[in-house]
Amino acid sequence: MQKKTAYSFPDEILEHVFSFIHSGKDRNAASVVCKSWYEIERWCRRKIFVGNCYAVSPTMVIRRFPDIRSIELKGKPHFADFNLVPDGWGGYVLPWISEMAGAYPWLEEIRLKRMVVTDESLELVAKSFTNLQVLVLFSCEGFSTDGLAAIAASCKNLRELDLRDSEVDDLSGHWLNHFPDTYTSLVSLNISCLGSDDVSFSALERLVGRCPNLRRLLLNREVPLDKIANLLSRAPQLIEFGTGTYAAELRSDVYSNLAEAFCNCKELKCLSGFWDAVPAYLPVIYSVCSRLTSLNLSYAPIQNPDLTKLVSQCPSLQRMLVLDYIEDSGLEVLASSCKDLQELRVFPSDPFGEEPNVSLTEKGLVAVSSGCPKLQSVLYFCRQMSNAALVTIAQNCPNFTRFRLCLLDPKIADYRTLQPLDVGFGAIVEHCKDLRRLSLSGLLTDRVFEYIGMHAKKLEMLSVAFAGESDLALHHVLSGCESLRKLEIMNCPFGDKALLANAAKLETMRSLWMSSCSVSLGACKMLGQKMPRLNIEVMDEKGPPDSRAESDPVDKLYIYRSVAGPRFDMPPFVWTMDEDFASELS
Amino acid sequence: MSENGEGGGRTRGHMGPIIITPSTTFFSLLILHLTQNPYNFLLFLVMEGGLVLLGGGANGGGSGGSSGFSTNESAMSEASSYLAETELELGLGLSIGGPTGKINKASGRILTAKDFPVPRRASMNGGTPPSVTVSGTKRAADQSVPHDGGSPTATSQVVGWPPIRSYRMNSLVNNNQAKAPRAEEEHKGINEEEEEEEDKAIKDGSKQKKPNENLGHIGFIKVNMDGIRIGRKVDLNAHSSYHSLASALENMFVRSAGAEKQQLTMPSKLLDGSSEFVLTYEDKEGDWMLVGDVPWMMFLTSVRRLRIMKTSEVNGLAPRFHERNRTQRSKLI
Repeated sequence: MQKKTAYSFPDEILEHVFSFIHSGKDRNAASVVCKSWYEIERWCRRKIFVGNCYAVSPTMVIRRFPDIRSIELKGKPHFADFNLVPDGWGGYVLPWISEMAGAYPWLEEIRLKRMVVTDESLELVAKSFTNLQVLVLFSCEGFSTDGLAAIAASCKNLRELDLRDSEVDDLSGHWLNHFPDTYTSLVSLNISCLGSDDVSFSALERLVGRCPNLRRLLLNREVPLDKIANLLSRAPQLIEFGTGTYAAELRSDVYSNLAEAFCNCKELKCLSGFWDAVPAYLPVIYSVCSRLTSLNLSYAPIQNPDLTKLVSQCPSLQRMLVLDYIEDSGLEVLASSCKDLQELRVFPSDPFGEEPNVSLTEKGLVAVSSGCPKLQSVLYFCRQMSNAALVTIAQNCPNFTRFRLCLLDPKIADYRTLQPLDVGFGAIVEHCKDLRRLSLSGLLTDRVFEYIGMHAKKLEMLSVAFAGESDLALHHVLSGCESLRKLEIMNCPFGDKALLANAAKLETMRSLWMSSCSVSLGACKMLGQKMPRLNIEVMDEKGPPDSRAESDPVDKLYIYRSVAGPRFDMPPFVWTMDEDFASELS
Repeated sequence: MSENGEGGGRTRGHMGPIIITPSTTFFSLLILHLTQNPYNFLLFLVMEGGLVLLGGGANGGGSGGSSGFSTNESAMSEASSYLAETELELGLGLSIGGPTGKINKASGRILTAKDFPVPRRASMNGGTPPSVTVSGTKRAADQSVPHDGGSPTATSQVVGWPPIRSYRMNSLVNNNQAKAPRAEEEHKGINEEEEEEEDKAIKDGSKQKKPNENLGHIGFIKVNMDGIRIGRKVDLNAHSSYHSLASALENMFVRSAGAEKQQLTMPSKLLDGSSEFVLTYEDKEGDWMLVGDVPWMMFLTSVRRLRIMKTSEVNGLAPRFHERNRTQRSKLI
């Protein structure tokens, strides 16, 4: 009779309460309180995030959540960004679109990351979701401007079209013409990844001119500098702007037009693009600099002193992306000028050079850590590091949430003591209690993993390469990191033992990637047999695993939890280790 | 982005499978077989915070009770062999790389994979420690050598390192290519001067080589085949000749079309005109050319992408190339 209290609450009230809960985690928690809450919650859930498109099937999602308006899907593993996942691996969005076309006619937002999106998929999207407002294709591939044309023509309510970092086959620049003249709702457009011939400039100008709510415009490299002024003058309300190529012969009319155009953009806060930038045209943005919160110069080959001078004019910067041309000296200026800095990314200008071409060392990062108290997120490529520097950085910035250090020589030791960098990274995980993401590099033994397992309790994503000495390292991580969701490992001497001993842990994580390690085929088969809720995928382009011995190490291993079972769209070089496989071949 | 649809380890999880986490308060027992030795099994008790080895079979270590990973004899020896290799690499690193990772100037040349006695890849910095750490087995060596045992430049880079995304890498290549034509023109001077410059280049491992090396890492380019919807990407870095590139492409596309194992023994048909397909490429200027006309290195500097075209459609290409190809086939590697 105690059940009465739960049921005495009308569904409508519960639904109303749930409408205030937006976070997926909270919604998941609410849904398992009791059956009635599960039912009510699933009917009113509007937004879902599927971190691995193979963890669940579209049918299952649709069955549980009948009225979704916003979906985010991720496909390939993160290391696909670095060419470690061969083409054809998977991550096709078409099955999802096909099923959602019938089930979610009111779908408003589609966000895809690292998925294969074909023109057929885009055409189906255009046809099925008349209310589509947001389409984000982040690091996707497989489509051409024909698919984009279909979207432009049909999606009258489109607000946001973002193709960031995607690979698009350029067939015709005229897809922009397919936006009808009556279309005026564009708010955000990112076409920075498009190649030549992909963008008809006059169509772009007309589009920009008729969309008064346009706030974000990121152009592709092919848009010449002398066209920018005209474009900006049609959209002075922009908050975020990405230039095309930022190089041209210095001409006073172009220069003054540009300066005036930028000056008129009173709300501009974020700048990017700057491909091929030459120092001559940098001063045109000085009028905007004091307001800038985000500046991406990571494609700009400008060097000091021009680079440092520019940075010193931007005291409001919160986010800075730059090439290592900034050098330690420039970072010191950044540290003293930009007290609100939260995120810093420094990329290498010459990653394969034998000798350093710039003077960027650990000192730059130490300076920024010391001068910028709000620093939370770091991605730093450099050629030398010391434990002392890392300890200092850790003590300066206990608020780090993301710390990714990439030493270009992956096994380089502390340059001062010649010791491994265990202690330094240990300090990072010890002091930064909120650390969610960590990438290691440099000479590292099992010890650093011991520290990580001991301290990194909030760590969700760990990337490891060329580190560790034995399975103990992997065991420390798998047994110690309670919040671990994604683990990606390349070229480490980790084998079967830690993996098998922590098999249960793998079900609590989204995925594990191991390539060029020492996990044997036999262990993979065993995991496949024992853990039915994990998909164990072995990747090898040299041939099927049955042609080799059980003890042979597999080339690439991708393990992820799934309630959908093994997938059916695997290419010839991927084998799934499930019960069928093991019994067929052994 | 908040996470929906995914039960985290912390919450009770979504409806569906019960998720075992370290923070749950019951124990799970795993009995595992080590595949190599069927009589060797280890009993593990997975509890909060650690792994306890309770007992084992023939080789099992019986040191249960302490938290932490207790390994048996064979595991220990494996661990120490890993350690030995690491020491070996450390040793190499210290003597050659030096504290700042610079090249040992005294020898005055770029050290490559051939300088190291063990069959490993040199890292991309010629003088710094080798980058492959897989347990030194033959398989690792096989992995690191590209299809036809290519040039030192090709072996000196590990796929996936440094972790820079391809569009960013391509933009760096473009930045450096802007400098390259100038460097090449400098070389084109008088013959004698050229020879001298080349000698100098070899002696001081010089920057004049840089543009080529950077171009050598043009990396992955797209390949499309007529009739196949999804294109692939091929790493030009991994090949040092047209022949190896063509075989790789044949393996990639013929295999994906469903054919079985016979293609491994077939010589490259794409280059000799005997198949119904022809290999073409788009160059810097956007023109489509037949692959095989120019020297390999020159091809690398100008290729943008590849297309395996039906022979019947080749008429669109400049005729003289087509003709030249017939007479110059024998000159190909």
